[in-house]
Amino acid sequence: MIIFRDVHKRFGPKAVLQGFSLEIREGETLAIIGYSGSGKSVALKHIVGLLEPDAGEVEVDGRIVHLLSRPELADLRASIGFVFQFAALLDSLTVRENLMLGLKRRDLPEMEMEERVAESLELVGLTGADDRYPAELSGGMRKRVGIARAIALRPRYILYDEPTTGLDPVTSAVIDRLMVRAREKFGVTGVVVTHDMRSAFTVGDRIAMLYRGAVRRVGTVEEIRQSNDPVVRQFIEGRPEGAADAEDAASGAVA
Amino acid sequence: MYQVITQRVADWLSGLGRVGHFVSDTVSSARDTRIWPGLTVVQMRRIGVNSLPIGLFISAFTGVVLALQSSYTFTGAVPLYFVGTLVGKTVMLELAPVLTGLALSGRVGANIAAELGTMRVTEQVDALETLAYNPFSYLVLPRVLAATVMFPVVVAAAMAVGVASGWITAINLLDLSTVEFVKGLQIFYNFKDIWFGLVKAVSFGFAVALIGCVKGLSVRGGAEGVGRAATEAVVLSAEVILVLDAFWAVVLL
Ligand SMILES: Nc1ncnc2c1ncn2[C@@H]1O[C@H](COP(=O)(O)OP(=O)(O)OP(=O)(O)O)[C@@H](O)[C@H]1O
Ligand SMILES: [Mg+2]
Repeated sequence: MIIFRDVHKRFGPKAVLQGFSLEIREGETLAIIGYSGSGKSVALKHIVGLLEPDAGEVEVDGRIVHLLSRPELADLRASIGFVFQFAALLDSLTVRENLMLGLKRRDLPEMEMEERVAESLELVGLTGADDRYPAELSGGMRKRVGIARAIALRPRYILYDEPTTGLDPVTSAVIDRLMVRAREKFGVTGVVVTHDMRSAFTVGDRIAMLYRGAVRRVGTVEEIRQSNDPVVRQFIEGRPEGAADAEDAASGAVA
Repeated sequence: MYQVITQRVADWLSGLGRVGHFVSDTVSSARDTRIWPGLTVVQMRRIGVNSLPIGLFISAFTGVVLALQSSYTFTGAVPLYFVGTLVGKTVMLELAPVLTGLALSGRVGANIAAELGTMRVTEQVDALETLAYNPFSYLVLPRVLAATVMFPVVVAAAMAVGVASGWITAINLLDLSTVEFVKGLQIFYNFKDIWFGLVKAVSFGFAVALIGCVKGLSVRGGAEGVGRAATEAVVLSAEVILVLDAFWAVVLL
């Protein structure tokens, strides 16, 4: 269970999150949608303690993230897989070494680590890429390695930051299916940040829309689909004009 | 004016405080002994390979120049075997550690700052953290330890090469025999000469790597920030090397 309670976060003069509250329930996959620059990645980073709230708190499994000591935080992070928007692979390491990195912290037998690496690479369709360096991969391949690195850990939670942005439609569908499988097979609780509505509808049990630093609407896929909130409608239909001014929305919120 | 000065001092102190924090985080990250020892060896190899050629190159030429300049100065006034004394003392006490240190502040310091800065802006540092690694034990400690150990190694080699090139110059270009050169070398030789140079090298290695790490990990923004961090790391470590050099002279000589 992940709970955001009235989280505020600003960078200099720029208020990004302003009273962001959201609950992610055990076993569900929640999709977070919202304009580019609205603070989706910032929200996600609060869950693993990469950012600390200026006010409010984020609770994961009963622990308040920003109050944890370093070892406690490391402990918490071990239960969370984070898929970065731009993959964030260590570029001095090969694909295999990137996957091993997290596994080595788990005290697993060598055999099991090898198996998990092979299995995860197969799941993302990258069998055989083991010994290549991130610089030798395409953007989409890197992204898939980032996903493999997270699922290899078999964490309780996986946070996907735009896992399908920039991928071709077929690969996107493969990734969507992968996220669904991760939940079914391993019972993973997932948070998927995306602006790909098709992906949000496919993988999400519920959808939350982040707008002007707070949750504008949250509900089941059906509820969001049927929503008559003009801001939500405009976003899911992708209309240039409407209630939300995209420029304004994209700049996060009023400074 | 007064305000500018107090502001400067306040900035400087808060900078110092940040570095203090950084050092204590680095020290406490040493507890995770499964991470840093292996990586330290890798960094030692890297720093050694990166630094040895440039250290030796500099000291080889320094030896030549010292031999020629001291003979030029001494001729007619001081017995020529003092060339050996001057070459030995200057190389060991000052030039091998300081010139090598300055060259390495460019090579090693900029390299560390750029590498860690790039890792910071591409979120690789964040990725490490989410994989439950402490960046201090994974990135900082190996680099600081490796530089602290390797700088004196490189400087020791530079001392040997500097003296050797001074000697070769003396017997080939000057009217000096090996016996006389060695006599000059030994006459005021003090074991302290060598370890003084090496102590300095240890402190330079520590400072250069630490500054590189601090500047690298605090990068904000993209490529521009990385470039700025690399430049700042070089400039600051050069300054710190000169300050440390004076500090050791006052404290140890
Ligand atoms: N470390 C940081 N320092 C300063 N500003 C930041 C930082 N991280 C994010 N921001 C700002 O916060 C705002 C929200 O950024 P964020 O990356 O969360 O957007 P996003 O919703 O993920 O957008 P996108 O869909 O394009 O990824 C942006 O305006 C960004 O400039
Ligand atoms: Mg984002």
